Amino acid sequence: MNVEMLTVDAARTAVLEKQTTATELVDAFYRKIEAEDPAIGAYLTLCKERAHRQAVRVDALADKGDALPPLAGVPVAIKDVLTTKGVRTTAGSKILGNFIAPYDATAVARLEAAGAIVLGKTNCDEFAMGSSNENSGFHLVKNPRDHSRVPGGSSGGSAAVVAAGTAVASLGSDTGGSIRQPAAFCGVVGLKPTYGRVSRYGLIAFASSLDHVGPFGKTVKDVALILEHLAGRDPMDSTSANLPVPDYAAAIGQPVKGLHIGVPKEYFGEGLDSEVRAAVEAGIQELAKAGCEIVEVSLPHTQYAIPTYYLIATAEASSNLARFDGVRYGMRAREGKTLTEMYRKTRDAGFGTEVKRRIMLGTYALSAGYYDAYYLKAQKVRSLLARDFDEAFTKVDAIVTPTTPTPAFKLGEKADDPLAMYLADIFTVTANLVGVPGITVPCGKSKEGLPIGMQILGRHFDEAVVLKVAHVVEHALAGAPIQAGS
Amino acid sequence: MVSEEDVTYVADLAHLELTAEERARMLKDLNSILAYVERLSQLDTTNVEPMAQVASRYAVAKDATAGKAFAYAMRADELRPSLPHDEAMSNAPQTDGTFFKVPKVIER
Repeated sequence: MNVEMLTVDAARTAVLEKQTTATELVDAFYRKIEAEDPAIGAYLTLCKERAHRQAVRVDALADKGDALPPLAGVPVAIKDVLTTKGVRTTAGSKILGNFIAPYDATAVARLEAAGAIVLGKTNCDEFAMGSSNENSGFHLVKNPRDHSRVPGGSSGGSAAVVAAGTAVASLGSDTGGSIRQPAAFCGVVGLKPTYGRVSRYGLIAFASSLDHVGPFGKTVKDVALILEHLAGRDPMDSTSANLPVPDYAAAIGQPVKGLHIGVPKEYFGEGLDSEVRAAVEAGIQELAKAGCEIVEVSLPHTQYAIPTYYLIATAEASSNLARFDGVRYGMRAREGKTLTEMYRKTRDAGFGTEVKRRIMLGTYALSAGYYDAYYLKAQKVRSLLARDFDEAFTKVDAIVTPTTPTPAFKLGEKADDPLAMYLADIFTVTANLVGVPGITVPCGKSKEGLPIGMQILGRHFDEAVVLKVAHVVEHALAGAPIQAGS
Repeated sequence: MVSEEDVTYVADLAHLELTAEERARMLKDLNSILAYVERLSQLDTTNVEPMAQVASRYAVAKDATAGKAFAYAMRADELRPSLPHDEAMSNAPQTDGTFFKVPKVIER
């Protein structure tokens, strides 16, 4: 069985129809991970005992002829910012290098309740801060499509495992684009749901008003199938929305004729890579062919999104990361003779450069005398960005943009220039600031064979429209699901 | 814009101990980033409400104030089980079995 080609649907069908057992599937994936992941670096921790226990449970049900849960036997990987009870959870940071989580994140628990099998924890930028996975406290992740290039970040590992076929699907987190950008760079599908659609309980917080949990898959349908299980109110997360969960998989394949698709002129300006433009325009043409009406719209405050994001995200991060102080969990520097020394030496040793930089920026933006000019100002501009989208969505049902300004860049290319790295998030951060759902779907390749992604944004809680529009593009331009490793 | 003293002050607030090299780097990076975010001052936000939360826009009534907006998230004030003590202590770097142990606090 060629496991690298499996979609969620194919994997669960194979188990359901007894073409394979869950145990055989898990073993096959671990053989593949052992053989191929060292060259990629996507995994930080493998949880073989947990995976085998779950596989045995699924196989016992199958043997008895009992009904199987909907994702029974589907092997998934989890970004290491999500807690897994009894399993090391590091958030990609040395400061949590020895942390064993005492509880499961809701998103993880829901997937396992549906029968999915967690193979391991994936590598990421430290505390989800980064756009290339080069800020991992442990090691790099290489783009499976081109090992000299970044997979994107911060969920580089979760994107890479789906692209490499070393998991069928995965979970990531997206605070400024950290699911969508690596999905685009690796040529897979990635979805950032609406803020509040999926519980953040068990997600190690970076910026609480911007963080989202979401799925990666080879196809739009896979992502819809996973989302169905992740979504829904969670009493453990008071920002999770009290709204029903539609049948997302059923939305796929529904007609898109008559939908109004917005093309925001600010996202297609001078600096856009010509190959990215061509690939995304090809996607837009397919939507027109399918009967959508293409409408030019304006999101006039787009150029202010990155500064707004980097003030709000870093301010929230400086607060959220204050808890890593060596007191209750994680690394503790032994040389500290006083409490304050212990805090400082622990954080100095435990945090990487980018994390320190963002904590410093965030602390500065919140400090007395600067709060109004920076943090409060950014919150007001956030309102203006939200109004842009409210206005646009009175005219259109979905908005399409490139996901990233260029295809995957080379390892080391932007590592010394933090501002250049931040500007790569230009198309993705607005959806985090405003909370609208966004998906990226592969829509072409560069001359060098690098994947290019198209982003589709929708109204709050309108993932169904986002998914069905994405599927039209996928079906027209990709034909069959992306072949892992190609 | 940002001076070396600012870097020291902010590092103190953030409980970060930076090396001299890190300090120099931080000065340069912070100044370049702050110069970039300066463009926000081009916008007139005099009568614009700050937006701290996306979720406050999900209120059942559009004009619901903060208390009402999250009313659905409230539960009865009843004691319920939470993380057991031994599990909460399980990652403690140093403990006497009941409390987390830390070095002594010294008055500045």
